[in-house]
Amino acid sequence: MNEEFKIEIVNPEQSFLVKEDVLEVVVPAFEGEMGILKNHIPIISFLKPGIIKIFSKSKSESYYVEDGIIEFQNNNLSILTSTIFNISDMDKSIQQNLLKQAQDELNKTEINDQLKYLIDQKIEVLKSLN
Amino acid sequence: MASLDDLKKRIMSVKSTQKITKAMKMVAAAKLRRAQESAEKGRPYSEKMNNVILNLSSGISDKKNAPKLLSGTGSDKVHLCVVMTSDRGLCGGFNSNIIRKAKSYFSKVISEGKELKIITIGSKGNDQLKRVYGDKIIENISFKESKNANYFDADKVGKMIIKKFEASEFDICTIFYNQFKNVITQIPKAQQIVPLNSDDSKDDFFNESYEFEPDEDEILSNLLPKNISTQIFKAMLENSASEQGSRMSAMDNATRNAGEMVDKLTIEYNRSRQAAITKELIEIISGAESL
Repeated sequence: MNEEFKIEIVNPEQSFLVKEDVLEVVVPAFEGEMGILKNHIPIISFLKPGIIKIFSKSKSESYYVEDGIIEFQNNNLSILTSTIFNISDMDKSIQQNLLKQAQDELNKTEINDQLKYLIDQKIEVLKSLN
Repeated sequence: MASLDDLKKRIMSVKSTQKITKAMKMVAAAKLRRAQESAEKGRPYSEKMNNVILNLSSGISDKKNAPKLLSGTGSDKVHLCVVMTSDRGLCGGFNSNIIRKAKSYFSKVISEGKELKIITIGSKGNDQLKRVYGDKIIENISFKESKNANYFDADKVGKMIIKKFEASEFDICTIFYNQFKNVITQIPKAQQIVPLNSDDSKDDFFNESYEFEPDEDEILSNLLPKNISTQIFKAMLENSASEQGSRMSAMDNATRNAGEMVDKLTIEYNRSRQAAITKELIEIISGAESL
């Protein structure tokens, strides 16, 4: 049986990635990591900062995202995000920049708990990449 | 009749104008390609976003408690209009088309006795509107520094609109921009973004029951502000492609007109040169005869 489904990642500027032969995708959903296989029921959820892992037959890829929405229906997974990087392309300087930005934001005074949680997450993930 | 010298100067000046318009056309053509590309690349995101929201809002059972950005405030007293124009001129009817569309909407709003607030994006729109609607303009934004339309700028505008909405400064928000169809056709558009207009729902839209995580309300209240920024970004992309397209065809026309003018002036120049020569000859001959 064919176990493959389609994934499409778009950011505001362009269609970032389209793949037809994906076996499993693990996304950092808001309430915890979530693995999606073929024939998952339709779902809409949020992403928190984290790593998207895409497994296809030939290889697996990882992407770093800061936010986004995922929608799964009819074996089509759409991920809408504004900030995404391929981890293998991501060098230290980008990482450091993002980390610095996040830490600056954390030091701002007007910050609510949810935002703080998200930024903490972001910092944790960025640190784990090193 | 103008003297030969004057005509010569005139021809030179038209020729140099033609050079400028030609150069502008080339630049616009190069920029157009890039702008068009990014407008086309940006479409999937806004379409997907729209679809998700349509799916979500159809799944919401309790319409009354739906987020205000979706269902509206329940009144339509204050209209906020975001008029998006370019920062530079010399682009044919690009800005005037948007302004005309916006003005007809403004007069409709005012004649209905409702309050009007205007935000202008791009300095050209502000210049044209401030004479008549100067007191209605509450904000004027210009992105002269950023070369290309980027999401960061759009997000700033979106956040500002949401802040104003949360402070109940308006009930209905409409954006005006030019939709890029092709180089010669740009369609001025008015799109209502708050509350979200669900009339333009697509036919291929699934009404499946989704699983939501976390619940619908939370997703919607997070998604709707993002959607506003996305719609503004889309409008910005369409606008910048339209601006370049419009400039390109305007400059093409200008170059052609200048060419026609040079031809006409050259004929006139040659005629008067010949007339002068003939006159001189007649003078010489009649002078010789009289001796």
